[in-house]
Amino acid sequence: MYNQTEIIKDTSELGADGELVINMGPQHPATHGVLHLVVTLNGETIKKIEPHLGFIHRSIEKMCESLTYRQFIYVTSRMDYLSSHINNLGCALLVEKGMQIEVPDRAKYIRVILSELTRIASHELWLGAMAMDLGAFTPFFYAFREREMITDIMEDTCGARLTMNYIVPGGLMYDLHPDFQKKVKAFITQFKSKVTEYEDLVTNNIIFQSRTKGVGILSAEDAISYGCTGPVARASGVSCDIRKIYPYEVYDKVEFEEVIETAGDSFARYIVRVKEMNQSIRIIEQLIDNIPEGDFVAKTKNVLKLPKGEFYSRVETARGEFGVYVVSEGGTTPHRIKFRSPGFSNLSVLNHIAAGGMIGDLMASMGTLDLVIPDIDR
Amino acid sequence: MFLKEYISDVVNGVSSLLKGMRKTGYYFTHPKEIITEQYPDNRATLLLSERFKGEVVMPHDANNEHTCTGCTACELACPNGTIKVVTKFEVSPEGKKKKAIDTLVYRLELCTMCNLCIVACPSDAIKMVPNFEHSVFDRTKLTKVLNQPGSKIREGIE
Amino acid sequence: MFSLEGITTSVQDWLFMKFNPTMALAMECIIVILLSISLFALLGLVLVLMERKVAAHIQIRLGPNRVGPGGMFQTVADTLKLIMKEGLVPDMADKFLFNLAPFVVMMVGMLLLAPIAFAKNFQIWDINIGVLYISAVSSLSVIGILMAGWASNNKYSLLGAMRSGAQIVSYELSAGFAVLTIVVLTGSLQLSEIVKAQENGWWIFKGHIPALIAFVLYIIAVTAETNRAPFDLAEAESELTAGFHTEYSGMRFALFFLAEYINIFIVCAIGATLFFGGWMPLHIGHWEAFNHIMDYIPSSVWFMGKTFFLIFLIMWFRWTFPRLRVDQLLNLEWKYLLPISLFNLLLVAVIAILGWHF
Repeated sequence: MYNQTEIIKDTSELGADGELVINMGPQHPATHGVLHLVVTLNGETIKKIEPHLGFIHRSIEKMCESLTYRQFIYVTSRMDYLSSHINNLGCALLVEKGMQIEVPDRAKYIRVILSELTRIASHELWLGAMAMDLGAFTPFFYAFREREMITDIMEDTCGARLTMNYIVPGGLMYDLHPDFQKKVKAFITQFKSKVTEYEDLVTNNIIFQSRTKGVGILSAEDAISYGCTGPVARASGVSCDIRKIYPYEVYDKVEFEEVIETAGDSFARYIVRVKEMNQSIRIIEQLIDNIPEGDFVAKTKNVLKLPKGEFYSRVETARGEFGVYVVSEGGTTPHRIKFRSPGFSNLSVLNHIAAGGMIGDLMASMGTLDLVIPDIDR
Repeated sequence: MFLKEYISDVVNGVSSLLKGMRKTGYYFTHPKEIITEQYPDNRATLLLSERFKGEVVMPHDANNEHTCTGCTACELACPNGTIKVVTKFEVSPEGKKKKAIDTLVYRLELCTMCNLCIVACPSDAIKMVPNFEHSVFDRTKLTKVLNQPGSKIREGIE
Repeated sequence: MFSLEGITTSVQDWLFMKFNPTMALAMECIIVILLSISLFALLGLVLVLMERKVAAHIQIRLGPNRVGPGGMFQTVADTLKLIMKEGLVPDMADKFLFNLAPFVVMMVGMLLLAPIAFAKNFQIWDINIGVLYISAVSSLSVIGILMAGWASNNKYSLLGAMRSGAQIVSYELSAGFAVLTIVVLTGSLQLSEIVKAQENGWWIFKGHIPALIAFVLYIIAVTAETNRAPFDLAEAESELTAGFHTEYSGMRFALFFLAEYINIFIVCAIGATLFFGGWMPLHIGHWEAFNHIMDYIPSSVWFMGKTFFLIFLIMWFRWTFPRLRVDQLLNLEWKYLLPISLFNLLLVAVIAILGWHF
């Protein structure tokens, strides 16, 4: 217990020259999780932002060291839970690469379709949550209505709505649900008819545009030097789509554009994600009718052992480049594992792009960085 | 020139706002677009995928027989110690010792529904069921024994 | 025909018959106080439920539907919960101001009730400077908000209160100018006179485009004045958690919450009075038969209908638009609304002098 006079004396929290230090988070409506931002304000203007991490650190990397190569994949769903499927894919790719497992074509096609569905679901959630950060509550529900169709598809095929764990080294856990193609096509029709809604409600809205245009500008050089990937970097004009640069699975067989904007502001990041959803739909449309027949999983040994050495694989999640780095001593478990999560690098630019703006700009910048806190803390 | 820009600014701004209001107004006046599912009331009609991973069970047939051989493949496959297989040795009438399960302990509160045990099982003795209403007041109730009392292994399963 | 005027007259006659004039006046005062308090409570319950239902239907949800038929008693249950909740006062808070602030905000709402004409000849106080009185009193609520923000000893509250101060002081102007256009057309500050002037048509129809512009300006300005989205910067949820009432809980919070809805009702009632003729039924020029049929609908129904239409409009705004940033908010007022309303006032003055309105 301390008495009141002691609190008055303790002015270390107060900044100099009328600065105001406020703690946003770990419990705050706009941080979407347990991110703690120490924001130094001068009136409404932000002088400095200091993110404090670690509130949801579960030491996933260390946990993975005690799990076999079949088991550690499910843990990665718990990192970036919005693109859990793509995280799983990245890990499976690493094991397949290390053990030179030839994955059947059918599995490859299905993996890509599900990855793109996951990307759309993630962007839909982001769109709703970001509009909510800017004070518009309604788009959240419209976005979730479409996302619900994807989670239903996931539930039908993978057996879970968020942490699917559908991908195993060598292919898939089980075959597609018979209704899969029908449901995906229904989703595409629904999505295309509802996309204009977001344009009316959010994109073309004058308030939304004035809140995001010219706010949180990130230059291409800064994006590269901070290690930004994904839509954040592409909105600054950096070409960094892993699906284009290092195509995995069947991304080299499908036609799609890497969406690049050059403005680098919050609005550009918004536009990149919305256009990316359309590109994902385009990829799914090309693949959905052409899934080849055949096995859905390759024959693998019962116990997977990676040869001695170092392995790295990367995939493009909804947030950027997700990398898995494994040092193997030849055993059944990784000797050391390191995840390169996109959210961590993207968060590091927050001080750079939001300092000098207002509190309202911080919400726009943070919203368009699309942070998933468990992905940052791991 | 400045005035013209100013007026077009105002007109564009207002029209963009009106467009948004038309959209929300449409939904306000069309109650059939409502997607709310009133969960406890619609239990009877609730559609749940048959693949939904809700809980691990061990199916038993009419003779109270299961197909679990007690090979502990599921226990080895489980990433977080959810399943514990306790084996015993049964002596057959011919005097041969045979490994069988005593209890298969399943701790639902630890389970992450990763499905690895089901995939690992060589004799399809366990499976996932789409049962999701798991809430209890006492967490010890979540530790379950999957094989029914008095059950034994079906003939011919090795 | 149902009429509130009859009831008030008979009550007054009975009181003056039974008691001496001073006593009767005191009794009337007590009746008015009780009525206005119960109106407050009732409006709070109805408007909160209405907001939740409107929000739900816009957001393709059902909204509250468990407590009572169609969720009718949801707000009653919420109120009971809030009454029973402990009202915390933060450490180091200025306790006196902290406790006073919700009552100041409520009091402003109560005072604003006085000059509103709810029905034909049903008005608490038909003051001859009604419009001026409303403009003057409504700007007092910012003092309560500033008090709450300052006394809470919370940085979020302080920021919210300061935003609110800047906001209300600026938007008072264009709200005032919008009201002035109608005053210019009518030539009176008395609300009953303004209503009477709309006997042959509401100002929004009679006043040509300037009245329409004034109406739009008025709606925008009062949305800002009542701290509603898209101008809810004082309590910007995603930025300042809850702004000026972050530290309030229990019944003190409920008073703020209630005051917000009461303020919406009052500004909408005034808007309805000024632009839609208050309790005046819809009259069209010389269509005697049509006007006669319209007269059969009680004047209180007309008043409430118009007010609730405006309230719905404000709720519709809230659930459609994103929030503005604080500098954009002030830009909107000083660079757009104020010049437009000044120009509009000039236009109206010309129209009124030349007698171009109907």
